[in-house]
Amino acid sequence: MTVYKLKTPISEEQIRKLKVNDVLYVTGTIVTARDQAHRRALEYFKEGKPVPVNLEGLAVFHCGPVVAKRGDKWVAVAAGPTTSTRMDIFEDEFIKDFKVRVVIGKGGMGKRTTDAMAKYGAVYGAFTGGAAVLAAKTIKNVKSVEWFDLGMPEAMWVFEVEEFGPLTVAIDSHKNNLFTDVQKNVEDNKQKIYQKLGISP
Amino acid sequence: METGKVVENVAFNILKQAVIYLPDDVKQALKKAYGEETSETGKTQLKAILDNIDLAEKYQAPVCQDTGTIIFYIKAGSKVKDLDKVESALIDATRKATKEVPLRPNAVDPFTGKNSGDNTGRYIPSLNWELVPGDSLEMTVLTKGGGSENVCLGGMIVPSEGIKGLKKFVVDAVIKAGAQPCPPNILGIAMGGGADISMKLAKKALLRPLTEHNPDPEIAKLEKEIFEAVNMTGIGPMGLGGKTTVLGVHIDYAFRHPASFPAAVAFNCWAARRASARINADGMVEYLTHKLKW
Repeated sequence: MTVYKLKTPISEEQIRKLKVNDVLYVTGTIVTARDQAHRRALEYFKEGKPVPVNLEGLAVFHCGPVVAKRGDKWVAVAAGPTTSTRMDIFEDEFIKDFKVRVVIGKGGMGKRTTDAMAKYGAVYGAFTGGAAVLAAKTIKNVKSVEWFDLGMPEAMWVFEVEEFGPLTVAIDSHKNNLFTDVQKNVEDNKQKIYQKLGISP
Repeated sequence: METGKVVENVAFNILKQAVIYLPDDVKQALKKAYGEETSETGKTQLKAILDNIDLAEKYQAPVCQDTGTIIFYIKAGSKVKDLDKVESALIDATRKATKEVPLRPNAVDPFTGKNSGDNTGRYIPSLNWELVPGDSLEMTVLTKGGGSENVCLGGMIVPSEGIKGLKKFVVDAVIKAGAQPCPPNILGIAMGGGADISMKLAKKALLRPLTEHNPDPEIAKLEKEIFEAVNMTGIGPMGLGGKTTVLGVHIDYAFRHPASFPAAVAFNCWAARRASARINADGMVEYLTHKLKW
């Protein structure tokens, strides 16, 4: 396990060094996107329309934050990750089109995303689910909010962060997927558990 | 002060307590898990969880951005006056907490997809009433996260399989849930009654402190057996591997129909948020799970 501290924009070369189980802290710009922002971004790309932020080398964060307006400034109050599997259907194209280097979320992602990460050079950083204040405290500035018409959770929030993490590298750019490994291990353990409980499978 | 106003104040306080401060038993269990976890990745997750709990307390911010669906359990003494005012007081308290704590608005009309914006709507907050002798009113709030709700499972076991069938049902549910419910989890398990009754009991079992085991030694033994079995899965904190998959198991039951064996598993995430208070006849309020800090 190696601890990496990377600043955005992150290069392909930098990201290829990371392996599963490594710990990553990101400083710089991260952009939130849930289902609807992913869908719209991909549509814009197809139509040749620019998206509001140049995402190359940045981190995309699966998150619907609680954001409060203090004076004329937005402040992130709580900003933990949401379940990433919902974005599995978009993420391979998203990585290809926008060249993001880090995808942040919880719960892991599947084969399509793993393959795209290997092909284009990106990693999946698992942020501890529910650790919303820990996340919010590293958000130093809410730079902007784009596509606010999608609603507070679904909008694209552009955050300036300092050492955002710890992110456990759960999918690296070499086709390793920690969640898949754990699942395989769990399947093996299941038989032992059945035996212990006297259950016939 | 009138009953409605007192109930509204107390409900607001327990809601705010619940979303910011985890109960002591949950914190202790997480600390113990951190000490005992052998997976390095699992330890990283538990450390982040413990740091986050401290930060939430320090900044009086919700411990998780998903402040959940709001569920009240009310034990109403039959001699309490103005019980008909309690429901609207709880709804008002929910609206106030949503604005002032703040809570994330989590009540959506299933037909239109529209979010009410204040955590209230048809049957929400959810109210569970129990009528008891006496003149005090006890309230518990459970703020239930969506990730752990999505994997709650009800089903029917073949009656001849009995408890063995229940064990398999639970183990399979935990394995299927994997990383989704933000483990380490607390499991509420119930059987009997009917499809609705077992699920209600399973969810209500989540209110029990982790330090409390079932008073029936046979059931306590089953709780321990299931606890040890599901912690052998290797799912670990946040599903990234490790030996801490659940922090505790609580079992309840109702008698069943001879032809039916309903079973239910309710999951709670590590952010197991609940708080209770009792309003006595003289208006004295006792906070049962948390100290009032404001």
